[in-house]
Amino acid sequence: MTDSILLFKFVLAIVTFAISLGVAAYATYGERKIAGLFQDRLGPNNAGPWGLLQPLADGGKMFFKEDFIPAASEKFLFILAPGIAMFTALMTSAIIPWTSPILISGALYQVQVADIDIGILYSLGFVSIGVYGIMIGGWASNNKYSLMGAIRASSQMISYELAMGLALLAVIMMSGSLSLNDIVAAQKGSFLGFLPNWNVFKQPVGFLIFLICAFAETNRAPFDLPECETELVGGYHTEYSSMKLGLFLFSEYINMFISSAIIATVYFGGYNLPLIGRFVTDPNALAAIGFAVFFAKILFFIFFYMWIRWTLPRFRYDQLMHLGWKSLIPIAIINLLVTGAVLILKDYL
Amino acid sequence: MGVSEILAYALGIISVASALLVVFSKNPIHSVLYLIITFFSIAGQYVLLNAQFLFIVQIIVYSGAIMVLFLFVLMLLNLNKDTEPQKSNLFKFISIITACSLFISMIAMVKGVGNLNLPSEPDSQIGLVKNLGMVLFSKYVIPFELSSVLFISGMVGAVMIGKKETHDIN
Amino acid sequence: MQSLTNRSKVVSNKQMSFAERTYLIPIIKGMMITLKHLFKKKVTLDYPKMTRPMAPVYRGKHILKRDLNGAENCTACGLCAVACPAEAITMVAAERKKGEEKLYKEEKYAAIYEINMLRCIFCGLCEEACPKEAIFLTDEIVKPSDLRENFIYGKELLVEKMDHRYDITKRQKHLIK
Repeated sequence: MTDSILLFKFVLAIVTFAISLGVAAYATYGERKIAGLFQDRLGPNNAGPWGLLQPLADGGKMFFKEDFIPAASEKFLFILAPGIAMFTALMTSAIIPWTSPILISGALYQVQVADIDIGILYSLGFVSIGVYGIMIGGWASNNKYSLMGAIRASSQMISYELAMGLALLAVIMMSGSLSLNDIVAAQKGSFLGFLPNWNVFKQPVGFLIFLICAFAETNRAPFDLPECETELVGGYHTEYSSMKLGLFLFSEYINMFISSAIIATVYFGGYNLPLIGRFVTDPNALAAIGFAVFFAKILFFIFFYMWIRWTLPRFRYDQLMHLGWKSLIPIAIINLLVTGAVLILKDYL
Repeated sequence: MGVSEILAYALGIISVASALLVVFSKNPIHSVLYLIITFFSIAGQYVLLNAQFLFIVQIIVYSGAIMVLFLFVLMLLNLNKDTEPQKSNLFKFISIITACSLFISMIAMVKGVGNLNLPSEPDSQIGLVKNLGMVLFSKYVIPFELSSVLFISGMVGAVMIGKKETHDIN
Repeated sequence: MQSLTNRSKVVSNKQMSFAERTYLIPIIKGMMITLKHLFKKKVTLDYPKMTRPMAPVYRGKHILKRDLNGAENCTACGLCAVACPAEAITMVAAERKKGEEKLYKEEKYAAIYEINMLRCIFCGLCEEACPKEAIFLTDEIVKPSDLRENFIYGKELLVEKMDHRYDITKRQKHLIK
């Protein structure tokens, strides 16, 4: 029994890894295609049908580029940094519940690599150490633009983590658990009779704050100040080339995928689809539908990331800090207090 | 020796070695990076004790926030060798005395504790969030709240010091 | 001051309200604009597979016309070189010998006729200056090269090939107008 669970988890971990990389690879294609479509262009369309082999071509190009290490850099840290960025990006996928439990030869298996007690805190933790890759890379390059990118990344990360945590706390208070599985389970059924019982309808303000912070934490436009081509050349990856640059760029897309998954899990009911339980009862069929639904939600948010990126201009640095400290954190605290008050009132009524 | 015991020893060796490297490495940035490794190995010990909450708090607070700030400040410093302040011999002598007395008092503290009366079969579930929260908000609620007051006063103090004095200009 | 058009917008420095400061509505408006563009007809052409139609009087690479019998029209009068604002055209005149009547239309012809395509600005003044309807601009594009010498087009590149005649009727009409 325990052996079969171990085997299942092992297979699941590899599949999760592969899915994260695959989605991230095609997110790069999607980004370029969608950017093209938004700007009335065609986007990549020459590599394979509709340009679908473009990620392979990009990867191949990255591998065959000259791998340049600046002479004045800290070589070990310079090489280590992209690895850290990639590692932390991939680690977070371990706690995401992909779909409802599946039935294999009479036993139910949870489709989640690690159902740990601390659940959502784990993702916060790995997001917060994800900045080390950028910081170390930026400092080790020994370049002023890289250093400025690194400094911007670190201060931005710390500022937005607070509001993100506070927004999540309200959700945690409502579901009474840190485990993502419980948070998803608490979003079954319907809310006010006609809406699905998703947290986004109960926590609209919290969702908005979380969304903004997720943009900031993944260094995506309009919060892409750490790379900021117009001001800092390439920001923290100015000195990087070849696959090391590829890893940095790739980790950004993995982060985007994972954060989309977390938004979908925490605020959009994860793999829940309202009323599906009435029509389908077989657990494996439910799991398949759940997986498809969950993926549709994730893909929507990846699209949303790109949509925002190609719509809004970048923030100025002081605007970024104002938004983080003077707007988001107070609103998040008020949201938390209101949530707490409502939860207490509910017990008395 | 079980797997967890081997892991515990390995993590212990890593944490002690990297803690020593914090002190002995020449470059302050390297010191900070070794300190981060130390914190991670300590966090690993928490995982082995099934104290998941402590593990993640260690990572979020120490590795994720405090060390990022350390690194942030150090990156802004000019770390050229010729700008390093030369310390006088008197200063070195004083610091050696202070360090030694701290070390002696720590040894005395460990010896003075005597029998700790640790339970032979500790509760392996105490580190989980639910249990820890229960203990924190019932048995230890006053120290917990007092520490939060301490933090707030610290924050207010920092803001007061950091604030520019504007009334002179007006 | 009264505005001449009603397109100008009056701006003011008044304090924005809270709702305005959140910028939520402008952001949503902007996102709707980008979303509209997602479904718009694309302006880019899938170039090597598709090409845009050339204008019938496009001013590209030059051609030195031959008449119906295959004799060169050019008499090396030099008017094109004089007209050329970029001084891209040079030529050396020569006298027609006996037996060359099939090659050259009149007694004088250009032994060497060179256009420096790097200097040429494709204004078409040579075409206008030519009294013999010998030089025309075509809708072909000068081919790229990484050597400057390759851009000095001599007679072998400029003179019309007999197996590949170039239709200039549209350009002639244009000249008459």
